[in-house]
Amino acid sequence: MAMEEQHCLQIEKLHVYAGAKHILKGISLNLPRHQIIALIGPSGCGKTMLLRSINRMHDLDPNIRLQGSILFKGRNILDPRVDPVWIRRHIGMVFQKPNPFAKSIFENVAYGLKINGLKDKARIRAIVEESLRRSYLWEEVKDELDKSALELSGGQQQRLCLARAIAVSPEVILLDEPCSALDPISTAKVEETLLSLRQMFTILIVTHNLQQARRISDYTAFLYLGELVEYGPTAQMFEQPQQELTYNYLHGRFG
Amino acid sequence: MNLRTFWMRLGLASLVVCTLIVVAFMAALLFDLSWQGIPVLSWEFLTEFPQKGMTEGGIWPAIFGTTAVTLLATLLAAPLGVACAVWLEEYAGEGWLTQLTRAAVRNLAGVPSIVYGLFGLALFVQGMRMGASVLASACTLALLTLPAVIATTQEALRQVPRSLREGALALGATRWETTYSIVLPAALPGILTGVILALSRAAGETAPILFTGVAFYTRYLPASLFDEFMALPYHLYILATQHHEPEAVRPIAYGTAITLLLLVFLLNLGAFILRAQYHPKKRL
Ligand SMILES: Nc1ncnc2c1ncn2[C@@H]1O[C@H](COP(=O)(O)OP(=O)(O)OP(=O)(O)O)[C@@H](O)[C@H]1O
Ligand SMILES: [Mg+2]
Repeated sequence: MAMEEQHCLQIEKLHVYAGAKHILKGISLNLPRHQIIALIGPSGCGKTMLLRSINRMHDLDPNIRLQGSILFKGRNILDPRVDPVWIRRHIGMVFQKPNPFAKSIFENVAYGLKINGLKDKARIRAIVEESLRRSYLWEEVKDELDKSALELSGGQQQRLCLARAIAVSPEVILLDEPCSALDPISTAKVEETLLSLRQMFTILIVTHNLQQARRISDYTAFLYLGELVEYGPTAQMFEQPQQELTYNYLHGRFG
Repeated sequence: MNLRTFWMRLGLASLVVCTLIVVAFMAALLFDLSWQGIPVLSWEFLTEFPQKGMTEGGIWPAIFGTTAVTLLATLLAAPLGVACAVWLEEYAGEGWLTQLTRAAVRNLAGVPSIVYGLFGLALFVQGMRMGASVLASACTLALLTLPAVIATTQEALRQVPRSLREGALALGATRWETTYSIVLPAALPGILTGVILALSRAAGETAPILFTGVAFYTRYLPASLFDEFMALPYHLYILATQHHEPEAVRPIAYGTAITLLLLVFLLNLGAFILRAQYHPKKRL
């Protein structure tokens, strides 16, 4: 019981196949509650695949097959009988490429609230503002909330997508390289946000920025060619990696 | 001038010549129609009934009939076609039923319009006892335009990036919510353009209405959906080939042709404006 309380999400022997290609090869990973877990690894190693498995984004792709289990709130997410809508209301995701809706900035953030049945206008306003503040976009857009979100810059769009995801208060947030299109200052701000959000959410963040992983994460998972090479507390991982592969990756010796 | 430059120039020249040939035909057609048609246009011509065996008077009932039947056909075809396309694109998956439907839609688009006319006669006029009427013709025209509406809607839906759908799903939207609140609005300009273009084609069709409701001449405008009506393309056909005094009605024929052309042009202009207004902004 104690274990279950501690772990928000338990991934057991997850295998993912795309057609005949074996992409994730038996990943087992527990996400401790209210922690930030960084997922690092070279391009193409399967980070996005793993994230998408966690909120059942692969449902739309008949080509992709999953095996193993992911336990969340006592249910196996991968079980087709578990409603993906229920999963996604509790596990939010910010994608690698910003994907704002062709709606106003306000409507983008309010969208998740509205489909979840929130009608109270004042409350929607309040949550939209708070979410935008949290993602450090508020100051830039507070006077033009009715402007189309497509007119924002790439980095602003990414922060908008973050605001949109926090607005519905999920338990877990999956972030796929949320800072790849951001300047150093916005990156620092988003990192600050993530640190403060840790009190409310469990955060799994994919990043290519090792310094970032080191700065903000409590745990780090290193993925290589579809296998979880090493997983542990961030400080330990960066100072004394147990695997040579991890050591080499962290020191930029790869190839 | 070396050989490569020569071939390049020759290629370019032949492109220009081909374009000029096309443009020349278009220009000749438009010029002839305008030259002879526009002087005929007048307020009376547009608002009066034909008189004295069509040698005088106007073409108002034909304008009214064509507009009414086309609009009604659109009202029928647009919801059906869009619904069908949404089902095919967003829900159907890849089963044999989908394949069959896709193939059916593709093939229907190639069926000659006279066949639709005969089908409409059998199904709507006789089978469903609508008689030769506005309604039967509108149903037939709706059938004719359905494949085009479905195809353009499918195309518009395909243009909506998958990442947008995933964005909505990731917030806990159901597939239905995603479809109507994210995908359809994003595809709307494309869908509207497709519908209007289909409609403008329907406005100019003669064969599908020939057996299903168009009349040679009516003394009154259709008072209900079950009345016969006059239509511009059929009126033109009558004036040009079936009239006992073809020379006497020639100006009226030209006037009718240019009116039909203007009507279709207006519809296309509408599509163009819609397209421009919703000009798809940069989507990532
Ligand atoms: N829809 C798909 N169908 C088939 N193979 C896929 C699909 N998506 C990804 N892959 C393959 O799965 C592997 C892992 O891809 P993934 O996108 O998870 O990499 P990643 O670790 O996120 O890389 P990056 O850091 O570049 O984003 C790659 O080899 C890729 O080619
Ligand atoms: Mg990725």
